[in-house]
Amino acid sequence: MKRTGWAARLLAGAALLGASLAFPGTSNAQNEQFVPGLVYRTGAYAPNGVPFANGRADYFALLNARDGGINGVKIVYEECETGYATDRGVECYERLKGKGPTGAAAFSPLSTGITFALTEKAPGDKIPLLTQGYGRSDSIVGSVFAWNFPLTGTYWDAAEILVQHIAAKAGGVANLKGKRLALVYHDSPYGKEPIAVLEDLSKRYGFTFDAMPVTHPGVEQKSTWLQIRQNRPDWVFLWGWGVMNSAAIKEAVAVNYPRDKMYGVWWSGAEPDVTPAGDGAKGYYALALHPVGLVAPVHQEIMKNLYDKNLGSAKKEEVGEVLYNRGLIDGMQVAEAIRTAMAKFGNKPMTGEQVRWGFENLDLTAARLQQIGFAGLAQPLKVSCDDHAGVHSARVQQWDGKKWSFVSDTIVADQAYLRAKAQDSAAAYAKQKNITPGCAS
Amino acid sequence: MFYRENGQFKTSYAADQAIFPILLDRIAIMAILLVAFLVVPLVATQYVYTGILIPFLILALATIGLNLLTGYCGQVSLGTGAFMAVGAYAAYNLVLRLPGMNLLVAFALAGGISALVGVLFGLPSLRIKGFYLAVATLAAQFFIDWVFIRIKWFTNYATNATAPELLLFGLPLDSAMRRYLVTLAIVVVMALIAKNLVRGATGRAWMAVRDMDIAAEIIGIRLLRTKLIAFAVSSFYCGVAGALWGFMHLGAWEPLTFDVNRSFQVLFMVIIGGVGSILGSFLGAAFIFAVPILINQVPAALGVPISTALSSHLEAMIFGAMIIFFLIVEPHGFARLWQLGKEKLRLWPLPH
Repeated sequence: MKRTGWAARLLAGAALLGASLAFPGTSNAQNEQFVPGLVYRTGAYAPNGVPFANGRADYFALLNARDGGINGVKIVYEECETGYATDRGVECYERLKGKGPTGAAAFSPLSTGITFALTEKAPGDKIPLLTQGYGRSDSIVGSVFAWNFPLTGTYWDAAEILVQHIAAKAGGVANLKGKRLALVYHDSPYGKEPIAVLEDLSKRYGFTFDAMPVTHPGVEQKSTWLQIRQNRPDWVFLWGWGVMNSAAIKEAVAVNYPRDKMYGVWWSGAEPDVTPAGDGAKGYYALALHPVGLVAPVHQEIMKNLYDKNLGSAKKEEVGEVLYNRGLIDGMQVAEAIRTAMAKFGNKPMTGEQVRWGFENLDLTAARLQQIGFAGLAQPLKVSCDDHAGVHSARVQQWDGKKWSFVSDTIVADQAYLRAKAQDSAAAYAKQKNITPGCAS
Repeated sequence: MFYRENGQFKTSYAADQAIFPILLDRIAIMAILLVAFLVVPLVATQYVYTGILIPFLILALATIGLNLLTGYCGQVSLGTGAFMAVGAYAAYNLVLRLPGMNLLVAFALAGGISALVGVLFGLPSLRIKGFYLAVATLAAQFFIDWVFIRIKWFTNYATNATAPELLLFGLPLDSAMRRYLVTLAIVVVMALIAKNLVRGATGRAWMAVRDMDIAAEIIGIRLLRTKLIAFAVSSFYCGVAGALWGFMHLGAWEPLTFDVNRSFQVLFMVIIGGVGSILGSFLGAAFIFAVPILINQVPAALGVPISTALSSHLEAMIFGAMIIFFLIVEPHGFARLWQLGKEKLRLWPLPH
């Protein structure tokens, strides 16, 4: 008797397990577009992960609340917590990729490690990866990386833009000769990405380049900054993420390295990066892909349709923060890719393959951005198979202790040089993976 | 009543020394293998393969590796992640630099390279013991992390390592099911070898060293050799697990994949599963790896609308409470729980 009781319980347990794996709870409505969200709202990187996730979630909520979805197709948005860990990210990807009537539209992992792993899986599953301003720099080459879309630029762009900026401030590239540049970077593929470009440029312009790694998660970087104190580089570039950024600024204060000689990449230039350092962060520069604050009509729409009805996912005062805005743009890019795909394939839920076509033919003109309320927030961009980033420019912003403000015009990265570099790297990848480069018609 | 060896007489030494002396165990193992090889491929979805089964099997293999060293030979190691990394990068470089190499050969050689590195870092074990040895292996962990981040040759001058197209005897391992079956076969064979290893002279020597190394030395066991064999075999297992993790599970990986957290994760699997038990390695891996994922999915499966952050906080809380509960109920891990259950079942329904 006891044994049968066990067996029954085991069976019931197995049934429950099986049921949970078979994903009940997803409704069977056919007119829904499933959009997955790989987010990290917990863990060491949560201060940066949360606003981004909120921005994304809010844009899809806005589309549903205001327009009833995209062209009448309701968006079903579901998050899965990765904690910035690659193995959990892969698990989340597998969990979400098949949901909804047509599967996941596109993944946007916000982690270079997860991006690398998914780059290997996405072609087989036919789901595009949106890596807005991160991921592999050579993935702009669409003929090799058909499923990767590093929209709005890569780390190679970022490094080149920063060098252009310091050269302009020094009065021309000739004045870079004999100077010293240090890169304080997150010791992961993310942080190492700009090294190749900075090494090239140091040879070309004759400055000394030191790469200084900081171990994940980057709380401990005393030794790095002691080195900086000894070397006194003319500029420090910061390629950090999460708590590493604010720790770096605090260390700079401690060794008295001038903050206005420090330049962060666009992932090192948000409010959570500077506010912990208090007044010490004053003068710190960072790249910006877009402005900060409630600058675009879409913000008013979000306030009206979501926050006035208590439907927003963030706190009201967090709307418009740097990473919130980036999440918002990320959501918009996914939505516009779906819309572009619908224009070709019809107003029904799109498959990953169709959304990929949508990304590759995405043309966000200034007029289009105006229509969807992103004028003044997102940069216009046009994607093609040759260029999966669409645009390669950024501005430099400075923190004045209270807010970010722009200190440069839009700087465009040198594509003649970077393209060739990306193509070499992509060709090597294609050779290793047996990919025949080619553009889909 | 149901689980009883009455009437199963062993009439030869071979029968007495069999790997599973009880008929019911043999039936159970065969049934599990049948399910794993035949039933699972019929019913599993791709998520179950790639999200749960493949990583679980690979981690179980790494746990067996660490269990051989820590559970059977008594040498605490915090370098599991490092040895997995050696295996993964060795397999990557072998396949990259010697094109056309059979995948299984590459995995075996990767395990071999990892074993050599393991022996190297096992040398201090003759002089240092216990916690101090753990710290020494931690040094191995950080050193090997550093090597794969710094020395670019190992990653072929790319920022990360990418597994090539997987081919086994001309068959592309492009579907999750094929990768699962290959992983399963490797894990089953290696688990069987491990089980036999610990039952034989090698395992007995390991256990003698674990229980009291001076006594072991006095009865004629050569300490250095025994410990180094343990390090070599353990690292071999971890190396193969690392290669599988890179090739079969992730496809592309960065050194952070095999950082010190991985070492701790595997060590926890050993502790929770059962120190010195092959079965415990599987139970521990299943518990530490799969339970958080399942807990995470329960609210969604029940249709409870809670935020992502709350559900992952709940996951951490419930999982933490479960670890504490099981460690209080049975400090020797799941393997011991299973053993106690077996004893009870034998006596049931007439316990005395």
